[in-house]
Amino acid sequence: MELLATRGLTAFYGDFQALFGVDISLDEEETVAIIGANGAGKTTLLRSISGVIRNAPDSVTFADAPVGHLDADRVMALGVVMVPEGRRLFPSLSVEENLQIGSYGRNIGGYWTLATVYELFPVLKERRKSPGTALSGGQQQMVAIGRALMSNPRVLLCDEISLGLAPVVIRDIYAALPKIRESGASVVIVEQDINQALKVSDRVYCMLEGRVTLSGKPSEVSRDRIHTAYFGETAA
Amino acid sequence: MIWLDTVIQGVLLGGLYALFAAGLSLVFGIMRLVNLAHGDLIVFGAYIILILVSLLGLNAFIAAAIAAPLMFALGWLLQRFVLNRTLGEDILPPLLVTFGLSIALQNALLEGFSADSQRIGGGTLETASLAVGPINIGVMPLLCFVSAVLVIVALNLLFYRTSLGRAFRATSDDPVTASLMGVRPAQIFSVATGIAMVVVTVAALYLGMRANFDPTIGPARLIYAFEAVIIGGLGSLWGTLLGGIIIGVAQTVGAAVNPEWQILSGHVAFLAVLLVRPRGLLPRAVD
Repeated sequence: MELLATRGLTAFYGDFQALFGVDISLDEEETVAIIGANGAGKTTLLRSISGVIRNAPDSVTFADAPVGHLDADRVMALGVVMVPEGRRLFPSLSVEENLQIGSYGRNIGGYWTLATVYELFPVLKERRKSPGTALSGGQQQMVAIGRALMSNPRVLLCDEISLGLAPVVIRDIYAALPKIRESGASVVIVEQDINQALKVSDRVYCMLEGRVTLSGKPSEVSRDRIHTAYFGETAA
Repeated sequence: MIWLDTVIQGVLLGGLYALFAAGLSLVFGIMRLVNLAHGDLIVFGAYIILILVSLLGLNAFIAAAIAAPLMFALGWLLQRFVLNRTLGEDILPPLLVTFGLSIALQNALLEGFSADSQRIGGGTLETASLAVGPINIGVMPLLCFVSAVLVIVALNLLFYRTSLGRAFRATSDDPVTASLMGVRPAQIFSVATGIAMVVVTVAALYLGMRANFDPTIGPARLIYAFEAVIIGGLGSLWGTLLGGIIIGVAQTVGAAVNPEWQILSGHVAFLAVLLVRPRGLLPRAVD
Protein backbone atom coordinates (compact mmCIF):
# COMPACT_ATOMS: atom_id res chain seq x y z
CA MET A 1 0.00 0.00 0.00
CA GLU A 2 1.40 3.35 -0.98
CA LEU A 3 1.60 5.65 2.03
CA LEU A 4 3.51 8.69 0.88
CA ALA A 5 4.34 9.96 -2.61
CA THR A 6 5.54 12.99 -4.49
CA ARG A 7 4.36 13.62 -8.05
CA GLY A 8 6.17 15.99 -10.35
CA LEU A 9 7.48 17.85 -7.31
CA THR A 10 9.28 21.07 -8.13
CA ALA A 11 10.77 23.30 -5.48
CA PHE A 12 12.58 26.61 -5.42
CA TYR A 13 14.95 28.34 -3.02
CA GLY A 14 14.17 31.92 -3.97
CA ASP A 15 14.89 32.08 -7.71
CA PHE A 16 16.97 28.93 -7.66
CA GLN A 17 15.13 25.80 -8.73
CA ALA A 18 16.25 22.89 -6.57
CA LEU A 19 13.84 20.14 -7.70
CA PHE A 20 12.68 19.39 -11.24
CA GLY A 21 9.68 17.05 -11.18
CA VAL A 22 10.60 14.48 -8.56
CA ASP A 23 8.46 11.33 -8.22
CA ILE A 24 9.11 9.07 -5.28
CA SER A 25 6.87 6.79 -3.28
CA LEU A 26 6.97 5.01 0.04
CA ASP A 27 4.88 1.98 0.93
CA GLU A 28 3.56 1.06 4.33
CA GLU A 29 6.32 -0.49 6.51
CA GLU A 30 8.92 0.17 3.86
CA THR A 31 12.33 1.79 4.26
CA VAL A 32 13.46 3.90 1.35
CA ALA A 33 16.88 5.49 1.01
CA ILE A 34 17.59 8.61 -1.01
CA ILE A 35 21.20 9.01 -2.00
CA GLY A 36 23.02 11.67 -3.95
CA ALA A 37 25.88 14.12 -3.76
CA ASN A 38 25.78 17.50 -2.05
CA GLY A 39 23.33 19.81 -3.79
CA ALA A 40 21.40 16.97 -5.46
CA GLY A 41 18.19 18.19 -3.80
CA LYS A 42 17.80 15.51 -1.12
CA THR A 43 17.30 17.89 1.76
CA THR A 44 15.01 20.11 -0.32
CA LEU A 45 12.93 17.02 -1.07
CA LEU A 46 12.53 16.21 2.63
CA ARG A 47 11.81 19.84 3.48
CA SER A 48 9.10 19.87 0.81
CA ILE A 49 7.52 16.69 2.13
CA SER A 50 7.59 17.89 5.74
CA GLY A 51 6.00 21.24 4.88
CA VAL A 52 8.95 23.51 5.70
CA ILE A 53 8.79 24.36 1.98
CA ARG A 54 5.20 24.56 0.76
CA ASN A 55 4.14 23.27 -2.64
CA ALA A 56 1.13 22.62 -4.84
CA PRO A 57 -1.38 20.46 -2.90
CA ASP A 58 -1.18 17.46 -5.23
CA SER A 59 2.59 17.36 -5.45
CA VAL A 60 2.82 15.52 -2.14
CA THR A 61 0.24 12.95 -1.05
CA PHE A 62 -0.03 11.12 2.24
CA ALA A 63 -2.50 8.22 2.62
CA ASP A 64 -4.02 9.35 -0.71
CA ALA A 65 -4.74 12.88 0.55
CA PRO A 66 -3.00 15.97 -0.88
CA VAL A 67 -0.65 17.50 1.72
CA GLY A 68 1.82 19.54 -0.37
CA HIS A 69 0.21 22.84 0.66
CA LEU A 70 0.13 22.17 4.41
CA ASP A 71 2.36 23.89 6.95
CA ALA A 72 4.96 21.83 8.78
CA ASP A 73 2.94 21.61 12.01
CA ARG A 74 -0.07 20.17 10.13
CA VAL A 75 2.01 17.62 8.23
CA MET A 76 3.61 16.60 11.51
CA ALA A 77 0.19 16.15 13.14
CA LEU A 78 -0.68 13.67 10.38
CA GLY A 79 2.30 11.57 11.37
CA VAL A 80 4.96 12.54 8.83
CA VAL A 81 7.78 13.53 11.16
CA MET A 82 11.29 14.74 10.36
CA VAL A 83 14.67 14.32 11.99
CA PRO A 84 16.25 17.46 10.56
CA GLU A 85 19.74 17.71 9.17
CA GLY A 86 22.20 18.94 11.78
CA ARG A 87 20.02 17.52 14.60
CA ARG A 88 18.68 20.93 15.57
CA LEU A 89 18.14 20.30 19.27
CA PHE A 90 16.64 23.16 21.26
CA PRO A 91 19.48 24.65 23.35
CA SER A 92 17.12 26.01 26.04
CA LEU A 93 15.64 22.56 26.65
CA SER A 94 17.13 19.64 28.56
CA VAL A 95 17.52 16.26 26.88
CA GLU A 96 14.27 15.07 28.40
CA GLU A 97 12.43 18.25 27.43
CA ASN A 98 13.75 17.93 23.89
CA LEU A 99 12.20 14.46 23.80
CA GLN A 100 8.95 15.62 25.40
CA ILE A 101 8.37 18.39 22.91
CA GLY A 102 8.47 15.79 20.14
CA SER A 103 4.88 14.88 20.91
CA TYR A 104 3.64 18.48 21.22
CA GLY A 105 1.60 18.46 18.00
CA ARG A 106 0.79 14.74 17.93
CA ASN A 107 0.23 13.18 21.31
CA ILE A 108 -1.64 10.05 20.25
CA GLY A 109 -0.05 7.43 22.50
CA GLY A 110 1.51 4.30 21.08
CA TYR A 111 4.68 2.29 21.42
CA TRP A 112 7.03 5.24 21.80
CA THR A 113 7.13 6.99 25.17
CA LEU A 114 9.98 8.45 27.23
CA ALA A 115 10.53 4.98 28.68
CA THR A 116 10.80 3.17 25.33
CA VAL A 117 13.02 5.89 23.86
CA TYR A 118 15.35 5.55 26.87
CA GLU A 119 15.27 1.80 26.32
CA LEU A 120 16.32 2.35 22.71
CA PHE A 121 19.09 4.82 23.65
CA PRO A 122 20.02 4.06 27.30
CA VAL A 123 22.76 6.70 27.39
CA LEU A 124 20.11 9.43 27.07
CA LYS A 125 18.54 8.44 30.36
CA GLU A 126 21.80 9.14 32.18
CA ARG A 127 22.03 12.54 30.52
CA ARG A 128 18.37 13.46 30.65
CA LYS A 129 18.89 16.57 32.84
CA SER A 130 21.71 17.98 30.69
CA PRO A 131 21.06 20.69 28.13
CA GLY A 132 20.57 18.95 24.77
CA THR A 133 23.50 20.77 23.25
CA ALA A 134 25.95 19.60 25.96
CA LEU A 135 25.94 16.08 24.50
CA SER A 136 28.31 14.54 21.97
CA GLY A 137 27.30 14.60 18.31
CA GLY A 138 26.17 10.98 18.35
CA GLN A 139 24.13 11.44 21.51
CA GLN A 140 22.55 14.57 20.07
CA GLN A 141 21.57 12.56 17.02
CA MET A 142 19.95 10.00 19.31
CA VAL A 143 17.96 12.80 20.96
CA ALA A 144 16.88 14.10 17.56
CA ILE A 145 15.67 10.64 16.52
CA GLY A 146 14.04 9.99 19.89
CA ARG A 147 12.31 13.38 19.72
CA ALA A 148 10.75 12.44 16.37
CA LEU A 149 9.74 9.00 17.66
CA MET A 150 7.89 10.52 20.62
CA SER A 151 5.04 11.44 18.25
CA ASN A 152 4.70 7.78 17.17
CA PRO A 153 5.17 8.72 13.53
CA ARG A 154 3.74 6.82 10.59
CA VAL A 155 6.55 8.11 8.41
CA LEU A 156 9.96 9.02 9.80
CA LEU A 157 12.06 11.27 7.56
CA CYS A 158 15.75 11.07 8.49
CA ASP A 159 17.97 13.73 6.98
CA GLU A 160 21.68 12.84 6.96
CA ILE A 161 21.67 11.20 10.37
CA SER A 162 25.27 9.98 9.96
CA LEU A 163 26.67 13.35 8.95
CA GLY A 164 29.81 14.27 10.87
CA LEU A 165 29.77 11.18 13.10
CA ALA A 166 32.45 8.54 13.63
CA PRO A 167 31.79 5.13 11.98
CA VAL A 168 31.37 3.37 15.31
CA VAL A 169 28.76 5.95 16.36
CA ILE A 170 26.97 5.64 13.01
CA ARG A 171 26.73 1.90 13.61
CA ASP A 172 25.10 2.50 17.02
CA ILE A 173 22.58 4.88 15.50
CA TYR A 174 21.65 2.57 12.64
CA ALA A 175 21.31 -0.28 15.13
CA ALA A 176 18.13 1.47 16.29
CA LEU A 177 16.51 1.23 12.87
CA PRO A 178 15.09 -2.33 13.09
CA LYS A 179 13.31 -1.42 16.33
CA ILE A 180 11.90 1.70 14.71
CA ARG A 181 10.59 -0.31 11.75
CA GLU A 182 9.16 -2.89 14.12
CA SER A 183 7.13 -0.15 15.84
CA GLY A 184 5.28 0.29 12.55
CA ALA A 185 6.92 3.40 11.13
CA SER A 186 7.85 3.65 7.48
CA VAL A 187 11.21 5.31 7.04
CA VAL A 188 12.82 7.61 4.47
CA ILE A 189 16.56 7.92 4.91
CA VAL A 190 18.62 10.54 3.18
CA GLU A 191 22.26 9.48 3.08
CA GLN A 192 25.48 10.41 1.39
CA ASP A 193 26.99 7.09 2.41
CA ILE A 194 25.91 4.72 -0.37
CA ASN A 195 26.90 1.51 1.39
CA GLN A 196 24.99 2.40 4.50
CA ALA A 197 21.93 3.32 2.41
CA LEU A 198 21.98 0.09 0.40
CA LYS A 199 22.42 -2.00 3.54
CA VAL A 200 19.36 -0.72 5.43
CA SER A 201 16.81 0.06 2.72
CA ASP A 202 14.17 -1.89 0.80
CA ARG A 203 14.42 0.50 -2.12
CA VAL A 204 16.78 3.24 -3.08
CA TYR A 205 16.45 6.44 -5.13
CA CYS A 206 19.50 8.24 -6.44
CA MET A 207 19.24 11.96 -7.10
CA LEU A 208 21.37 14.24 -9.23
CA GLU A 209 20.84 17.97 -9.78
CA GLY A 210 17.23 17.98 -8.62
CA ARG A 211 16.08 14.87 -10.49
CA VAL A 212 15.74 11.17 -9.68
CA THR A 213 18.31 9.44 -11.85
CA LEU A 214 17.98 5.88 -10.61
CA SER A 215 15.67 3.80 -8.46
CA GLY A 216 15.30 0.18 -7.54
CA LYS A 217 15.95 -2.52 -4.96
CA PRO A 218 19.47 -2.50 -3.53
CA SER A 219 20.08 -5.99 -4.97
CA GLU A 220 19.05 -4.86 -8.45
CA VAL A 221 21.08 -1.68 -8.86
CA SER A 222 24.67 -2.26 -9.88
CA ARG A 223 27.59 -0.19 -8.60
CA ASP A 224 28.26 1.13 -12.08
CA ARG A 225 24.75 2.41 -12.52
CA ILE A 226 24.83 4.05 -9.09
CA HIS A 227 28.13 5.65 -9.98
CA THR A 228 26.63 7.13 -13.12
CA ALA A 229 23.44 8.19 -11.37
CA TYR A 230 25.37 9.74 -8.51
CA PHE A 231 27.99 11.72 -10.40
CA GLY A 232 26.36 12.16 -13.83
CA GLU A 233 27.29 10.76 -17.25
CA THR A 234 30.46 12.74 -17.72
CA ALA A 235 32.13 11.35 -14.66
CA ALA A 236 31.38 7.73 -15.58
CA MET B 1 16.85 53.87 60.61
CA ILE B 2 15.59 56.33 58.06
CA TRP B 3 18.01 54.78 55.55
CA LEU B 4 16.68 51.30 56.17
CA ASP B 5 13.19 52.68 55.66
CA THR B 6 14.24 54.31 52.41
CA VAL B 7 15.80 51.12 51.10
CA ILE B 8 12.71 49.07 51.98
CA GLN B 9 10.47 51.58 50.19
CA GLY B 10 12.83 51.25 47.22
CA VAL B 11 12.66 47.47 47.19
CA LEU B 12 8.85 47.63 47.28
CA LEU B 13 8.83 50.19 44.46
CA GLY B 14 11.09 47.80 42.57
CA GLY B 15 8.25 45.27 42.70
CA LEU B 16 6.10 47.70 40.72
CA TYR B 17 8.86 48.19 38.15
CA ALA B 18 9.31 44.42 37.89
CA LEU B 19 5.58 44.16 37.15
CA PHE B 20 5.97 46.78 34.42
CA ALA B 21 8.89 44.81 33.03
CA ALA B 22 7.77 41.19 33.30
CA GLY B 23 5.40 41.35 30.30
CA LEU B 24 8.02 43.10 28.22
CA SER B 25 10.62 40.50 29.21
CA LEU B 26 8.25 37.64 28.36
CA VAL B 27 7.48 38.93 24.87
CA PHE B 28 11.06 39.85 24.10
CA GLY B 29 12.30 36.48 25.35
CA ILE B 30 9.97 34.49 23.12
CA MET B 31 9.82 36.44 19.88
CA ARG B 32 12.59 39.07 20.08
CA LEU B 33 9.91 41.72 19.75
CA VAL B 34 10.39 45.00 21.60
CA ASN B 35 6.94 46.38 22.22
CA LEU B 36 7.31 50.16 22.42
CA ALA B 37 3.62 50.46 23.29
CA HIS B 38 4.08 48.39 26.46
CA GLY B 39 3.91 51.39 28.80
CA ASP B 40 0.83 52.75 27.05
CA LEU B 41 -0.83 49.34 27.24
CA ILE B 42 -0.29 49.44 31.02
CA VAL B 43 -1.94 52.87 31.15
CA PHE B 44 -4.75 51.56 28.92
CA GLY B 45 -5.22 48.66 31.34
CA ALA B 46 -5.41 51.12 34.23
CA TYR B 47 -8.25 52.99 32.48
CA ILE B 48 -10.13 49.74 31.86
CA ILE B 49 -9.91 48.95 35.58
CA LEU B 50 -10.89 52.53 36.41
CA ILE B 51 -14.02 52.27 34.24
CA LEU B 52 -15.05 49.02 35.90
CA VAL B 53 -14.47 50.51 39.36
CA SER B 54 -16.25 53.81 38.75
CA LEU B 55 -19.14 52.61 36.56
CA LEU B 56 -19.94 49.32 38.25
CA GLY B 57 -18.72 50.27 41.70
CA LEU B 58 -16.52 47.16 41.84
CA ASN B 59 -13.62 46.55 44.16
CA ALA B 60 -10.37 47.31 42.30
CA PHE B 61 -9.06 43.76 42.61
CA ILE B 62 -12.28 42.27 41.24
CA ALA B 63 -12.21 44.84 38.43
CA ALA B 64 -8.66 43.71 37.57
CA ALA B 65 -9.77 40.08 37.57
CA ILE B 66 -12.46 41.01 35.03
CA ALA B 67 -10.05 43.12 32.99
CA ALA B 68 -7.42 40.35 32.80
CA PRO B 69 -9.26 38.07 30.32
CA LEU B 70 -10.25 41.12 28.25
CA MET B 71 -6.61 42.17 28.09
CA PHE B 72 -5.59 38.61 27.22
CA ALA B 73 -7.99 38.70 24.27
CA LEU B 74 -6.74 42.11 23.23
CA GLY B 75 -3.12 40.92 23.33
CA TRP B 76 -3.98 37.77 21.41
CA LEU B 77 -5.76 39.76 18.69
CA LEU B 78 -3.05 42.41 18.54
CA GLN B 79 -0.38 39.76 18.03
CA ARG B 80 -2.46 37.63 15.66
CA PHE B 81 -3.59 40.40 13.33
CA VAL B 82 -0.92 43.08 13.64
CA LEU B 83 2.38 42.14 15.26
CA ASN B 84 2.81 38.68 13.67
CA ARG B 85 2.82 40.39 10.29
CA THR B 86 5.73 42.59 11.33
CA LEU B 87 8.01 39.79 12.56
CA GLY B 88 10.83 38.67 10.31
CA GLU B 89 14.50 39.09 9.58
CA ASP B 90 14.21 42.87 9.76
CA ILE B 91 13.88 44.22 13.33
CA LEU B 92 12.63 47.64 12.22
CA PRO B 93 8.95 46.92 11.30
CA PRO B 94 7.90 45.81 14.81
CA LEU B 95 9.60 48.85 16.31
CA LEU B 96 7.84 51.20 13.91
CA VAL B 97 4.45 49.55 14.32
CA THR B 98 4.57 49.47 18.13
CA PHE B 99 5.85 53.06 18.19
CA GLY B 100 2.85 54.04 16.08
CA LEU B 101 0.57 52.06 18.34
CA SER B 102 2.03 53.89 21.34
CA ILE B 103 1.19 57.29 19.85
CA ALA B 104 -2.26 56.19 18.71
CA LEU B 105 -3.08 54.77 22.16
CA GLN B 106 -1.95 57.91 23.96
CA ASN B 107 -4.07 60.11 21.74
CA ALA B 108 -7.08 57.84 21.94
CA LEU B 109 -6.83 57.87 25.75
CA LEU B 110 -6.49 61.66 25.75
CA GLU B 111 -9.57 61.92 23.55
CA GLY B 112 -11.54 59.48 25.66
CA PHE B 113 -10.47 60.38 29.19
CA SER B 114 -8.98 63.90 28.90
CA ALA B 115 -5.59 64.84 30.35
CA ASP B 116 -6.87 64.93 33.95
CA SER B 117 -4.96 62.65 36.23
CA GLN B 118 -6.90 59.76 37.67
CA ARG B 119 -6.53 57.24 40.44
CA ILE B 120 -8.04 53.84 41.10
CA GLY B 121 -9.53 53.92 44.57
CA GLY B 122 -8.25 51.21 46.89
CA GLY B 123 -10.42 52.09 49.89
CA THR B 124 -8.77 51.68 53.29
CA LEU B 125 -5.90 49.72 51.72
CA GLU B 126 -4.47 52.97 50.40
CA THR B 127 -3.50 54.20 53.83
CA ALA B 128 -3.11 50.95 55.76
CA SER B 129 0.34 50.12 57.07
CA LEU B 130 2.14 47.48 59.07
CA ALA B 131 4.52 48.41 61.84
CA VAL B 132 7.63 46.23 61.70
CA GLY B 133 9.77 47.34 64.62
CA PRO B 134 10.46 51.02 64.12
CA ILE B 135 9.53 50.92 60.41
CA ASN B 136 6.11 51.36 58.89
CA ILE B 137 5.47 49.43 55.70
CA GLY B 138 2.53 50.43 53.53
CA VAL B 139 0.19 47.54 52.84
CA MET B 140 -0.34 48.62 49.24
CA PRO B 141 3.37 48.70 48.28
CA LEU B 142 3.83 45.38 50.09
CA LEU B 143 0.91 43.80 48.21
CA CYS B 144 2.38 45.12 44.98
CA PHE B 145 5.78 43.57 45.73
CA VAL B 146 4.25 40.24 46.74
CA SER B 147 2.19 40.27 43.53
CA ALA B 148 5.35 40.86 41.50
CA VAL B 149 7.05 37.88 43.13
CA LEU B 150 3.96 35.72 42.58
CA VAL B 151 3.73 36.78 38.92
CA ILE B 152 7.37 35.86 38.39
CA VAL B 153 6.99 32.52 40.19
CA ALA B 154 3.91 31.78 38.07
CA LEU B 155 5.66 32.71 34.82
CA ASN B 156 8.67 30.56 35.76
CA LEU B 157 6.40 27.60 36.50
CA LEU B 158 4.67 28.13 33.18
CA PHE B 159 8.00 28.34 31.37
CA TYR B 160 9.81 25.46 33.01
CA ARG B 161 7.09 23.05 34.14
CA THR B 162 4.49 22.96 31.36
CA SER B 163 4.22 21.73 27.82
CA LEU B 164 3.26 25.25 26.69
CA GLY B 165 6.41 26.58 28.36
CA ARG B 166 8.56 24.07 26.48
CA ALA B 167 6.90 25.21 23.27
CA PHE B 168 7.64 28.85 24.22
CA ARG B 169 11.33 28.10 24.76
CA ALA B 170 11.63 25.89 21.69
CA THR B 171 9.99 28.54 19.49
CA SER B 172 12.32 31.14 20.91
CA ASP B 173 15.33 28.92 20.07
CA ASP B 174 14.32 27.88 16.56
CA PRO B 175 10.83 28.46 15.13
CA VAL B 176 11.33 26.29 12.03
CA THR B 177 12.39 23.21 13.98
CA ALA B 178 9.64 23.93 16.52
CA SER B 179 7.11 23.75 13.68
CA LEU B 180 8.46 20.27 12.88
CA MET B 181 7.34 19.32 16.41
CA GLY B 182 3.81 20.50 15.61
CA VAL B 183 4.24 23.87 17.29
CA ARG B 184 2.56 26.69 15.38
CA PRO B 185 4.84 29.69 16.02
CA ALA B 186 2.22 32.32 15.11
CA GLN B 187 -0.17 30.78 17.65
CA ILE B 188 2.53 30.55 20.32
CA PHE B 189 3.32 34.24 19.82
CA SER B 190 -0.36 35.18 20.15
CA VAL B 191 -0.74 33.23 23.40
CA ALA B 192 2.50 34.76 24.73
CA THR B 193 1.30 38.31 24.08
CA GLY B 194 -2.04 37.42 25.64
CA ILE B 195 -0.25 36.26 28.79
CA ALA B 196 1.94 39.38 28.75
CA MET B 197 -1.26 41.45 28.73
CA VAL B 198 -2.51 39.62 31.81
CA VAL B 199 0.72 40.64 33.54
CA VAL B 200 0.16 44.16 32.20
CA THR B 201 -3.25 44.15 33.91
CA VAL B 202 -1.65 43.36 37.26
CA ALA B 203 0.89 46.14 36.65
CA ALA B 204 -1.95 48.49 35.69
CA LEU B 205 -3.84 47.72 38.91
CA TYR B 206 -0.93 48.79 41.10
CA LEU B 207 0.08 51.66 38.84
CA GLY B 208 -3.40 53.08 39.26
CA MET B 209 -3.72 52.41 42.99
CA ARG B 210 -0.25 53.55 44.08
CA ALA B 211 -0.19 56.87 42.27
CA ASN B 212 -2.01 59.16 39.89
CA PHE B 213 -1.90 58.44 36.18
CA ASP B 214 -2.86 60.20 32.98
CA PRO B 215 -2.71 59.21 29.29
CA THR B 216 0.85 60.46 28.75
CA ILE B 217 2.79 58.57 31.40
CA GLY B 218 3.16 55.32 29.43
CA PRO B 219 6.55 56.01 27.79
CA ALA B 220 8.22 56.72 31.15
CA ARG B 221 6.91 53.37 32.51
CA LEU B 222 8.31 51.75 29.36
CA ILE B 223 11.75 53.16 30.13
CA TYR B 224 11.74 51.87 33.72
CA ALA B 225 10.60 48.49 32.40
CA PHE B 226 13.34 48.47 29.78
CA GLU B 227 15.99 49.32 32.32
CA ALA B 228 14.81 46.59 34.67
CA VAL B 229 14.83 43.99 31.87
CA ILE B 230 18.25 44.99 30.59
CA ILE B 231 20.15 45.22 33.86
CA GLY B 232 18.48 42.02 35.03
CA GLY B 233 19.75 40.18 31.97
CA LEU B 234 17.62 39.56 28.89
CA GLY B 235 15.38 36.54 29.18
CA SER B 236 15.71 36.02 32.94
CA LEU B 237 12.52 36.74 34.90
CA TRP B 238 14.25 36.73 38.31
CA GLY B 239 16.80 39.07 36.79
CA THR B 240 13.94 41.35 35.84
CA LEU B 241 12.79 41.46 39.48
CA LEU B 242 16.34 42.19 40.59
CA GLY B 243 16.64 44.93 37.95
CA GLY B 244 13.38 46.47 39.12
CA ILE B 245 14.56 46.47 42.72
CA ILE B 246 17.86 48.14 41.82
CA ILE B 247 16.07 50.92 39.98
CA GLY B 248 13.49 51.29 42.75
CA VAL B 249 16.13 51.52 45.49
CA ALA B 250 18.25 53.94 43.46
CA GLN B 251 15.19 56.17 42.98
CA THR B 252 14.13 56.28 46.62
CA VAL B 253 17.68 56.75 47.86
CA GLY B 254 18.21 59.50 45.29
CA ALA B 255 14.96 61.14 46.36
CA ALA B 256 15.97 60.94 50.02
CA VAL B 257 19.14 62.86 49.26
CA ASN B 258 17.39 65.41 47.10
CA PRO B 259 13.85 65.03 45.76
CA GLU B 260 14.95 66.33 42.34
CA TRP B 261 17.31 63.39 41.96
CA GLN B 262 14.71 60.62 42.10
CA ILE B 263 14.34 59.86 38.38
CA LEU B 264 17.91 60.71 37.51
CA SER B 265 19.44 58.39 40.10
CA GLY B 266 17.42 55.46 38.71
CA HIS B 267 18.89 56.06 35.26
CA VAL B 268 22.39 56.51 36.70
CA ALA B 269 22.09 53.17 38.52
CA PHE B 270 21.05 51.60 35.21
CA LEU B 271 24.15 52.94 33.46
CA ALA B 272 26.40 51.98 36.38
CA VAL B 273 25.21 48.36 36.31
CA LEU B 274 25.74 48.19 32.55
CA LEU B 275 29.30 49.49 32.97
CA VAL B 276 30.13 46.64 35.33
CA ARG B 277 27.97 43.89 33.83
CA PRO B 278 27.20 44.68 30.18
CA ARG B 279 25.11 41.51 29.76
CA GLY B 280 23.06 42.22 32.86
CA LEU B 281 23.14 40.64 36.27
CA LEU B 282 21.55 37.25 35.48
CA PRO B 283 22.04 36.66 31.76
CA ARG B 284 20.16 33.68 30.37
CA ALA B 285 23.23 31.50 29.83
CA VAL B 286 23.61 31.18 33.61
CA ASP B 287 19.87 30.66 34.06
